[in-house]
Amino acid sequence: MLSIKNLHVSINDKPILKGLTLDINPGEVHAIMGPNGAGKSTLSHVLSGKAGYTVTEGSVTYQGKDLLELAPEIRAREGVFLAFQYPVEIPGVSNIYLLKAALNAMRKHHGQPEVDAMDFLTIVKSKVKLLQMDEKFLYRAVNEGFSGGEKKRNEILQAAVLEPKLCILDETDSGLDIDALRIVAEGVNSLRSPERSFLMITHYQRLLDYIEPDMVHVLAEGRIVKSGGPELALELEEKGYSWLEGKAA
Amino acid sequence: MMTAEQSTYAYLAAYPTIAASLPGSDLSWLQQFRNAGLKAFEAHGFPNLRDEEWRYTNLAVLNKTQFAPSDNQEVDAGWLETYRLENAWNVVLINGHFSAELSDLSNLPAEVSVQSFNAALRNNAEALQTRLGKAVADDEHSLVAFNSAWFGDGVVIEIAARHQMSKPLQILHVVTASDALAATRNLLVVHDSAEAQIIETYVGSADSYFSAAVNECFLQPNAELTLYKVQAETDKACHFGGSYVKQAQNSRFMHHNFAIGGLLARSEIHSDLDVASECRLNGLYLGGNRQHIDNHTRINHLKPQGISREFYKGVLDQRARGVFQARVIVAEDAQQTDSEMNNRNLLLSNDAEIDTKPQLEIYADDVKCSHGVTVGQLDEKSVFYLQSRGVDEASARNILTFAFANEMVDKVENSELKAVLLQQLLARFPAISL
Repeated sequence: MLSIKNLHVSINDKPILKGLTLDINPGEVHAIMGPNGAGKSTLSHVLSGKAGYTVTEGSVTYQGKDLLELAPEIRAREGVFLAFQYPVEIPGVSNIYLLKAALNAMRKHHGQPEVDAMDFLTIVKSKVKLLQMDEKFLYRAVNEGFSGGEKKRNEILQAAVLEPKLCILDETDSGLDIDALRIVAEGVNSLRSPERSFLMITHYQRLLDYIEPDMVHVLAEGRIVKSGGPELALELEEKGYSWLEGKAA
Repeated sequence: MMTAEQSTYAYLAAYPTIAASLPGSDLSWLQQFRNAGLKAFEAHGFPNLRDEEWRYTNLAVLNKTQFAPSDNQEVDAGWLETYRLENAWNVVLINGHFSAELSDLSNLPAEVSVQSFNAALRNNAEALQTRLGKAVADDEHSLVAFNSAWFGDGVVIEIAARHQMSKPLQILHVVTASDALAATRNLLVVHDSAEAQIIETYVGSADSYFSAAVNECFLQPNAELTLYKVQAETDKACHFGGSYVKQAQNSRFMHHNFAIGGLLARSEIHSDLDVASECRLNGLYLGGNRQHIDNHTRINHLKPQGISREFYKGVLDQRARGVFQARVIVAEDAQQTDSEMNNRNLLLSNDAEIDTKPQLEIYADDVKCSHGVTVGQLDEKSVFYLQSRGVDEASARNILTFAFANEMVDKVENSELKAVLLQQLLARFPAISL
């Protein structure tokens, strides 16, 4: 599904990722943990195609394609979804409009006709229910005036409607209270399937209590310094990151 | 090319032959009125950059072509229909002259009187005499004076006391003749406690022309007027349209101004507010290519307890230039005035320009007044967010621009007009279907 090999990325000539290698197979859930400044968000931004990052070395292959060659919207249409750490507020554009525009862009890319208005509403409403959201949210401007928890739920709602193949969750747990975290996690778990992969980026272990990963990786100083099963997360929770940081060198 | 002086003389030299055909040439009071306008125009020519109220708008283009009145009444009927609102009465002016044939005033109630300026002169000249030049004077500036001398027709509307119009009246200003001058003077009286809805639509099928309309509006106590203006002139046209309003106590004036056409367009809205009256001005200007769109407003709080709200948004692309010059004056006597003014601009290109100048002049001490201006570009984070959801960059920019502008369309209560504006906006910023 996704193969990252020896990835080096700089921002304004400052190296952030320094040789990151990671493989994700269909259906797998990978968690990337690490201290602040390790390059976690840089990884999610580079994968989704945000401007301002220079790849100086290495490759990213997604479903046999060179992901880095694709425009952000093409990546999205090919099934890469980024749930933002800080979802953007867009006054004047309703949630339902964005969902429909996004879904139709995707369908067009795959040579399918535009979604039928009634079918679309049925799909969206069922996903809204899944995430325990009020239908009124659909008609409000994207993220405008939403609480932190509502914004994160809205990201997962978009994922649920767009049905990506690779779902990148960037600090999806940040800013959530325990109830909101549970709802978001349930939403994510309901999306798990043998074809769909997840890359969860998180600072804390607590999200992993709700969404159990297949693999846990520690990102420190721009590369993966340790990989293991879910038990690694518990170890990190106990010991922190400092004991691993020397290993990056 | 002529100098401004040569141009002024050319207009003045042509005037005597035109004058005989203008309405009211047999009425001495109207002759005096026109002569006063002519003198004021002669003294100054068209306004120029040295005039403070015109410092951002160069009218040199008016000196390039000598626009002349046209009595041509030809129009492509099918084309015209695309602008006609169905659920409204329509008055159609072709090249500045009322067309009885194309107007639709069927089943107009007796409480709503609508007639051409020419007809009103025949039917009730005295009533016109008491109103003409009372909401705006020739010394306002020389374009008003020019209009006073040159206007060839117009519409005179009166809404009887306590009457509420069941549907709006659309005034379609249509120019079909090349290099035509379509100068109209329109009078609107809304009597005590009446409610009026008027929609002005300015369009053309000719290449180059000059549309110059002056509206004088009188709102009696407790009257309410909702006036919409859709300026969608052709891309080589010059447009001047001013609405000058006298608001008696407890009256309400709501204006929605959509300026999307013209090569050079100047809109003016001035309102004088008596006790406890309310004035709400909303506007949207969309400029592209080399368009110059100037919006000039003046809200004059003369008496206590007035409320005014002004909100204008602008989107300027390519080499377009926008001007927003807005003045709120609170007279010494106008205590407890409550006024807010806001202007937000989106510049889509490095060559686009906005000159925005909000002015507050407060002579009273117990008032609540605020103003704010923003000029910015599209938020790149929002563009990326939409791209990350599969929307291509061009569509993402269009969606965000549309959303910015649509806030003003959303304020339009008339659903038919709103749908028309929405279509115009979508045509300008095509994105994935709504």
